Amino acid sequence: MSTTTAKRAGAKARELTLVQAVNDALRTIMREDPSVLVMGEDVGPKGGVFLATEGLTEEFGEERCFDTPLSEDGIVGCGVGLALNGMKPVCEIQFQDFIFPAFDQIVSEAAKMRYRSGGQYTVPMVIRTPYGGGIRGGLYHSQSGEAYFCHTPGLKVVVPSTPRDAKGLLIASILDPDPVIFLEPKALYRSFREEVPEGLYTEPLSTTREVRPGDAAVVFCYGAMVPVCKQAADRVSEARGVEVRVVDLRTLLPLDEDAVLDAARDSGRVVVVHEAPRFCGFGGEISALIAEHAVERMEAPVVRVTGFDTPFPNTLEHYYLPDARRVVDAIEKVLDF
Amino acid sequence: MSHDLLQILDAKGRKVGRAPRVKKDLLLRMFRAMVETRAFDERCMNLQRTGKIGFSVPNRGVEATSVGAAAALDPASDWIAPHYRDFGMLFFHGMSLERMFDNMFGNRDDVAKGRQMPVHFSFREPIPYLSISSPLGTQIPHAVGIAMAMKKRGEKGIALTSFGDGSTSTPGFHSGMNFAGVFGAPVVFLCQNNQWAISCPVEKQTASEDFAVKGEAYGVPGVRVDGNDVLAVYRAVSQAVKRARAGEGPTLVEAVTFRMGGHSTSDDPSRYVPPELFAEWEERDPIQRFEAWLCSEGLLEEGEAERIREEAERKMMEVSKVSEAKPRPPLATIFTDVYAEMPRHLERQMEECIHHHATRGEGVDEKGEFPL
Repeated sequence: MSTTTAKRAGAKARELTLVQAVNDALRTIMREDPSVLVMGEDVGPKGGVFLATEGLTEEFGEERCFDTPLSEDGIVGCGVGLALNGMKPVCEIQFQDFIFPAFDQIVSEAAKMRYRSGGQYTVPMVIRTPYGGGIRGGLYHSQSGEAYFCHTPGLKVVVPSTPRDAKGLLIASILDPDPVIFLEPKALYRSFREEVPEGLYTEPLSTTREVRPGDAAVVFCYGAMVPVCKQAADRVSEARGVEVRVVDLRTLLPLDEDAVLDAARDSGRVVVVHEAPRFCGFGGEISALIAEHAVERMEAPVVRVTGFDTPFPNTLEHYYLPDARRVVDAIEKVLDF
Repeated sequence: MSHDLLQILDAKGRKVGRAPRVKKDLLLRMFRAMVETRAFDERCMNLQRTGKIGFSVPNRGVEATSVGAAAALDPASDWIAPHYRDFGMLFFHGMSLERMFDNMFGNRDDVAKGRQMPVHFSFREPIPYLSISSPLGTQIPHAVGIAMAMKKRGEKGIALTSFGDGSTSTPGFHSGMNFAGVFGAPVVFLCQNNQWAISCPVEKQTASEDFAVKGEAYGVPGVRVDGNDVLAVYRAVSQAVKRARAGEGPTLVEAVTFRMGGHSTSDDPSRYVPPELFAEWEERDPIQRFEAWLCSEGLLEEGEAERIREEAERKMMEVSKVSEAKPRPPLATIFTDVYAEMPRHLERQMEECIHHHATRGEGVDEKGEFPL
């Protein structure tokens, strides 16, 4: 498990929400690197529907932060072209639920360009998009589509869960030479503040973050499920006088497999939690990884806590989303096996 | 409104429009590129029929469109985002024939390391020729983004993207045209209307009177040109390039031509193209037409065309044999270039793969080379 590293971070820090940290990341890197562009629907003078790009057009002008026509295929397709020719576009897809018109551009083009051109053409771009439930957004403002992208070689898939990581991972993603799908947990956009280093601060991709130490069991999670899992682990730990570890995966592809396997072997008791539907979800991959490489150290079967294999409901969304009680049940199940 | 068809040479090579002022050298370069394109196409069809390569895409009949458009570009500043029926662009700009055949064979020297099917070229030099994709129309917004980058940096370059009539139905055509119009991108859209999208004729593709008219709705001027008349294509694309360079925005050029063969080597056009259409379009052959005009102007001497043709065919035979003799790319190339830096899980899979084949004695050494 890698510890966090702060590069060129000033000693100063500011208390920011997650969405403010996204804004700070964009502003910081745009000041540093004139090839960074921000494009998408309503990202200009309005500053985005969640205000993630607030003030960027004002500071950097229409050439660098601009509204586009309402076409995800066009946003990503032109973004690929900009990236091919020396720019570093950060494309915003307003809700992850709306990304599917751009799926061909992401999967067939951005992800495969380096490979199919033998490294002659590359696509250093970031596609930022708010994902996940918890805002009463119904079927089309709530989905978690990470598994679609994790199944595509050539992409990186990053999911921050804290303001500090949102800034550090977003800058690292923009500086990365490969295309990154950056999934922002919209339920956490304004849920809490924390100190975020000022300046050009990065967190390394493909590393996990320890949320809570422990040796009795480990919970793997990411995005908006991280605070839920932390709460559940706190409760079980306190009630039973044990320590349950929580690990934030934060980069799903390429995954830090060694960190996952080491953590699984430590206690032999594993819970995986995500909002997305269970079938072919990311939890299945974690479970299979452990089954293939660490089964001899396991004390209990891996338990998954996930969304259901249904479309995302509206009125009953809190029965769909994993909550601390469901995670507590799962932790108890692996402890008691 | 439908668009008039710009024509300079009629089907017999008689001048019916004002010829562009072009030096003899350039005209002969265009002619040679068209002849080489056809010779390459024929060689590839033979290689496929004899089982030496798996696949090819016939280019017969569309040579004037590719070459006329390519001749309007400046390789020092411009980009091409092509489709797969555009060999002529590479021949005009003097692409290494050996590298092209290396792609057809997917051998060790193929710049794409044998990962793509034949004819899915990708080159940086002598002109940026973007990696070809099998999904259609996806390159169109790329050209717009490439051109937007040039405009933002205040460069003089332009991007040209080519695609077939079928691709005008894709989301990439719509979003590319729309973005180019809105952002005033210096881009030229070249629609090679060869009248067939595999087996689907144009009337099943669109209810528009023509393809050039589709530009109107995006605020992109459209022009229609005889795609078998290399001088007309050259003029129309040159004007579009000039507009783009001058900051006047994008243009859609529809080049009306005919695919004188199947969609690919896996296709049998006799199942759906009426034979009389092939006969009709054979009479409008782009190379014969240009040759007749060059001879009538005294720009090609007696027997010169035949010498150029023989020279091209000899080169195709020689160079294809060189490429055919080269070994396959090493096994490790399955795993490289997925990311700039190979992640741990791919390192593991690569080691497993090479070890598996090396220990089974399948002619692979421990580095994944194929020495046997």
